[in-house]
Amino acid sequence: MSITDKLRALLGREAILEGTSSPGDVPRVAPDSPDAVALLLGTANDQGWRVRIEGQGTWMAADAPADFILTTRRLDRVPAIHPQDLSATAEAGVGLDRLRQQLADRGGWLALDPPGLAGRTLGSVVATGTAGPLRQGFGPVRDHLLGVTFVTGDGRLVQGGGRVMKNVAGYDLTRLQAGSFGAFGVIVLVHLRLRTLPRADHTFVLRGARETVAAAADEIRAAALGPAALELLSPALGRSDQWTLAVRSVGSAQGIESDEAALRGVAGGRLEQLRADEAQALWMRAAEGFATRPITFRVSGLPEGADELLDLIQHQVGDEWVSASPGMGTIRWGGEATADRLQRLRKSLATIEVPLTVERAPWELRRTVGHFGAYREGVGPLVAGLRRTFDPGSRLVVATGSDGGG
Amino acid sequence: MPASPLSLVPALSAIVGARYVRTARAERVTYEQDGLPTHRRTPGVVVLPGTREEVIAVVRLLADHDVPLVPRGAGTGLSGGALADPHAVLVVLTRLNRILNIDPRNRRATVEPGVVNVRLSAAAAAHGLHYAPDPSSQTACTIGGNVAENAGGPHCLKYGVTSNHILGLEVVLSDGQVVELGSPAGDPWGPDLVGLFVGSEGCFGIATRIAVRLTPNPRAVRTLLADFSTLRQAGEAVSAVIASGIVPAALEMMDRSCIRAVEDSVYAAGYPRDAAAVLLVELDGPAEDAVSAEAAEVEALLRTNGARAVRAAADARERERLWQGRKKAFGAMGRLARNLVVQDAVVPRSALPDVLESIERIAAAHRLVVSNVFHAGDGNLHPNISFDGRDPDVTARVEQASAEIMAACIAAGGTITGEHGVGLDKLRYMPQLFDGDSLAAMREVKRVFDPDERLNPGKVVPIHACREWGQVRRRESAA
Repeated sequence: MSITDKLRALLGREAILEGTSSPGDVPRVAPDSPDAVALLLGTANDQGWRVRIEGQGTWMAADAPADFILTTRRLDRVPAIHPQDLSATAEAGVGLDRLRQQLADRGGWLALDPPGLAGRTLGSVVATGTAGPLRQGFGPVRDHLLGVTFVTGDGRLVQGGGRVMKNVAGYDLTRLQAGSFGAFGVIVLVHLRLRTLPRADHTFVLRGARETVAAAADEIRAAALGPAALELLSPALGRSDQWTLAVRSVGSAQGIESDEAALRGVAGGRLEQLRADEAQALWMRAAEGFATRPITFRVSGLPEGADELLDLIQHQVGDEWVSASPGMGTIRWGGEATADRLQRLRKSLATIEVPLTVERAPWELRRTVGHFGAYREGVGPLVAGLRRTFDPGSRLVVATGSDGGG
Repeated sequence: MPASPLSLVPALSAIVGARYVRTARAERVTYEQDGLPTHRRTPGVVVLPGTREEVIAVVRLLADHDVPLVPRGAGTGLSGGALADPHAVLVVLTRLNRILNIDPRNRRATVEPGVVNVRLSAAAAAHGLHYAPDPSSQTACTIGGNVAENAGGPHCLKYGVTSNHILGLEVVLSDGQVVELGSPAGDPWGPDLVGLFVGSEGCFGIATRIAVRLTPNPRAVRTLLADFSTLRQAGEAVSAVIASGIVPAALEMMDRSCIRAVEDSVYAAGYPRDAAAVLLVELDGPAEDAVSAEAAEVEALLRTNGARAVRAAADARERERLWQGRKKAFGAMGRLARNLVVQDAVVPRSALPDVLESIERIAAAHRLVVSNVFHAGDGNLHPNISFDGRDPDVTARVEQASAEIMAACIAAGGTITGEHGVGLDKLRYMPQLFDGDSLAAMREVKRVFDPDERLNPGKVVPIHACREWGQVRRRESAA
């Protein structure tokens, strides 16, 4: 009996997706409930099958060696939206575009604008911890999570956090899951913190040489304005022949008016407000641009050193596809690079205590350099211990450390 | 076989100095409680290291002799979390109280764990910055304790709780090994172990250096006091404000019992004594115009939802007075009875009116005085029960009422603690919130950090509820 036949017997014919087989003809299995995911992973653990975790397959390269692919795409329900409590519960396989629409219909807003295509799944964004420019105003992905339910590599269904705004009952497994790339289990359900749909949402841009727009960003930061996004986009990403500084202000009409007034005093008043459709196109292109590159990584340094960090990245791997948040000190890079080059860059960054996280790349590169690279002294055994806790049989194929393992 | 803590006194004295090792019963009993009066444990020995090197040496010594230890800050916790048994050593960190660095350009600071919360904001004020988490005990509690409990405070509604403000940690593990978690900029270097550590209640290690984010001081602030004839109206007004999309810096509620306790005390703030509830709403931001406009909108919402009166603090002094009443409310309640249990739970904001009425019913059924003062904007309740702990019957009723309040909050979709932690006090409720697999997973995570489970043993996760405990029992029956 083949693995596909066994999987079909386990979860039913409809759970095996036809016509979507990956290279090597590995079966793609789409459980339709958290319990089915638990059954599947429990069986995989018993059978010694290796599992590749996937959402819609639009972000991470679908090439990790595995005996089958577990896709969350049939876990796409949004069981609860509570606009009055500013919370929602969604399954991990729901596409962000669909989720955003359903939330907006009820007056809710998830203040996340991750890189990638609009239909990227919620689970993918949480597992990879990929926040976008809105991180400036609303924090990293983990700050939008109230709780998660996940299935461990050996099929246990585990709950972390809850559905309310504050929760310190038990250890914070929710934060552990955010950005762990599936090393600690498959996320199946997410409880989200929402905002109300902004009453006003304006974007201002300044185009020019990198030094010019970076200086304007410094002015805005020094003014303690607190925009929702303050992003430097490379020419390719901003679809311009120059660098773009994009400033997004969301909230009440009065709040935005005061932001506008303050922005008029920056960079000699040369910031220009975009029309709503232009702004939407700018931010969408900036997000989707990264999906066209084979590799993306993020680095996180001190705000004061953001410019030097950009120089270093430019010097070592180029800066054609770069989005930088100077207020946060974070930079996202997209492009092509060899493992050797990435390892050299990571080593250079480590000397200034700046972590480099590979967000997406072909498996061979992920295996070689790992999402996280070498851990700091003493941290590796902790991560390995957590891996053993949540995936005792190492069934989930995830390249976390630089050796491609845990 | 673990050594007796007393047998290690000479070695501990050699590390920290004899005057910082407390062995006399009269000295140890001063550490037998935290801020919660219903739990008492007398530690075997109390040790107060003065440097990180001393902390490391103490932890290594205790590891070598297999002795359990409990880290403790100022002891202001409210869950019985920082209590040690006679077979354990209590490691008090209040002497590690230096602010190591303030970096105003990057809005960051590095502190030792014993730095008192409010001291950091005072030190950062010269740079126009502050440390945002502001628990009511902020004039006494330490940043290390805040990290252990993932402490909140009134202004966490807008600015987030402790975990939103911790960038990096130097941690001494239970075997004395030192690890660095996080990075200077706050992004994790690998999985988010800082996020996992914050709120781990001293069960994973001792944080000896803490890098925190500092927040710019708002340029404009408006503080409103609204009073209501019923608790339900006040609860509904909270929902209306939150649903409006305006995010106040703080949105606090006090009920009649609390108002009267405050007004009868030296902290009297001018709250209307005949109100069933008051809301204290603070709005802030970078611009006067915008904050004024938002305050006007909030005032209208409060009035529409039944506020009898809304008044704005006229100046910084009045604002200070309004806040002093709120922050010292727990102290003021000391007037009501000999003992006070400060409870902590969170419910969905829309459930506040119903849950507040349930709490009223529970209090009446058990003939107890319950005063509510809490972070309404977060749905974070603090029902406080005043009682005389010398009366066993009253104490039993307090315990029963607490359990019923927790059950009501869980039934409303809430949780058993939003900022005080599980400690000893909430252990019994954990199985109502988490199933066996989830509790077992938490316990396994603890073992990753503390394989011998010597750090703050017996807290946070109830062992009997875990699947692994089932396995232990099966093994025992087989034997």
